[in-house]
Amino acid sequence: MAPILTLTAVSKTYKGGHQAVQPTELEIEKGEIIALLGPNGAGKTTLISLICGLSRLSSGSISIGGFDIQTNYRQARALVGLVPQEVALEPFETVLNTVSFSRGLFGYPPDPAYIEQILKNLSLWDKRNASVKELSGGMKRRVLIAKALSHKPQILFLDEPTAGVDVELRKDMWRIVEELKAEGVTIVLTTHYIEEAEAIADRVAVISAGRILLVEDKDRLMTQMGRKELVIHLHSQLKAIPSGLSSYELSLSEVGMSLRYEYDIRAERTGITTLLSDISEAGVRLKDLETSQSSLEDIFVSLVKE
Amino acid sequence: MNLYAIRAIYIFEMSRTFRTLVQSIVSPVISTALYFVVFGSAIGARMDSIDNVEYGAFIVPGLIMLTVLLQSTTNASFGIYFPKFIGTIYEPLSAPVSYLEILIGYVGAAATKSLMIGLIILATSYLFVDITIAHPVWMATFLVLTCVSFSLLGFIIGIWARNFEQLNLVPSLIITPLVFLGGSFYSLSMLPPFWQTVTLFNPVVYLVSGFRWAFFDTADVAIHYSLLAIALFSMICIAIVAWIFKTGYRLRS
Repeated sequence: MAPILTLTAVSKTYKGGHQAVQPTELEIEKGEIIALLGPNGAGKTTLISLICGLSRLSSGSISIGGFDIQTNYRQARALVGLVPQEVALEPFETVLNTVSFSRGLFGYPPDPAYIEQILKNLSLWDKRNASVKELSGGMKRRVLIAKALSHKPQILFLDEPTAGVDVELRKDMWRIVEELKAEGVTIVLTTHYIEEAEAIADRVAVISAGRILLVEDKDRLMTQMGRKELVIHLHSQLKAIPSGLSSYELSLSEVGMSLRYEYDIRAERTGITTLLSDISEAGVRLKDLETSQSSLEDIFVSLVKE
Repeated sequence: MNLYAIRAIYIFEMSRTFRTLVQSIVSPVISTALYFVVFGSAIGARMDSIDNVEYGAFIVPGLIMLTVLLQSTTNASFGIYFPKFIGTIYEPLSAPVSYLEILIGYVGAAATKSLMIGLIILATSYLFVDITIAHPVWMATFLVLTCVSFSLLGFIIGIWARNFEQLNLVPSLIITPLVFLGGSFYSLSMLPPFWQTVTLFNPVVYLVSGFRWAFFDTADVAIHYSLLAIALFSMICIAIVAWIFKTGYRLRS
């Protein structure tokens, strides 16, 4: 299947000489959810601005649905919906007019029934005749999403969609993303919330200092990079690690009530079986076992540090 | 041509106009009434008629031009500056629209507003003086062309301006003097010969003169020069706008 978005040798250098995006290649498949994960100032927003035509390319080319964003900007942009990071809305206009405006701007005839459906889906219908300035911050974000969806985009960019929103809206946002994905909409979201990427993304691209460090299937990333940890809770306190267990990289908790063992699940031998039998041979009695897998956050932190 | 986009921008901008309709109309109507009291009655009573037109009536086209020029530049500059200021400009910039469509939408709405105000002032002036319009069609044509061409200028100012101070700079520092020195309140023939020549470099002279000709069938410069001047001015403005969108000047980083 042809990718819906292709970035070829894309870079962006601002007038002052600051290179916000270093030469970047990226392909995004139709219908996937990809999270651009990176710290503030990594170049996530600049990358989206380049794709959506808000910023000019310094080099390279971008095509959306097979249309070059410079030579075929009409066809390319018609496929795109953008929810910007900053809440930018005409304060004095009503919700309904603001959303209808966006649909017209993208070249579609008015469709009150469809707009009604979007507003209802985003719990904005009751507020349709309220002016934007009367809305709460969370409601304004919903309006931004409604605007971006007003022309049924094929690919939706969500730039930090849940920065500073309450739990309810965040959950709502994730639900909407799931629904859109079910309709076949491709979603590119930037976030510095790892749990967000972990919860909804199919693939994760880690960006730091204007470079994409890696693009990987989220689950594979977590298994590949993931280290597992085994915590062995003990029946009675240990003063030191028994000499019979010195060959293992074990650490004893401060109070001496648990042992910690880290292992790599990719390895052929994790060493768990022999560890457990050696522990019982050393006469240590076990109370409980607990395993945990490193989160995307741990992976992310270790990547960005490098 | 993305006609739905033009329509959307136009309607969105006009709804701003209608939200603030009372303020938009009250201020120009009051200032026009003041001009009539001061120039028309107080001073005009001591003035001879110019080219057989009574002074009170003579200043009507100039007064309409003064307001229409200022309104066109401010409306259009604000219309595009405000989205830049609050950030909503991201939408037209990321939408499948050409610069021409953006221009028609914003400039069309700004010009419509100043046209409405121009007509209201014309109606107001009937309360003070008797006027008969010699060439109504030409009068309307000049009015529309002026609204459009100076809204184009306003659009450029709105993109150029980095803050509200700069936004007000051009109207107050350039347009007002040009209108006052452009024969709004006098005939060019009343000036010394040297200043008559200098004045011919003022584009507003051609607008006021052509507009006054449409009212009274008497003009300082020939009517076709007036038309030529407006056409030239508009084309320069459109060329500048084309360049702005081509280079992304102060729009796209």
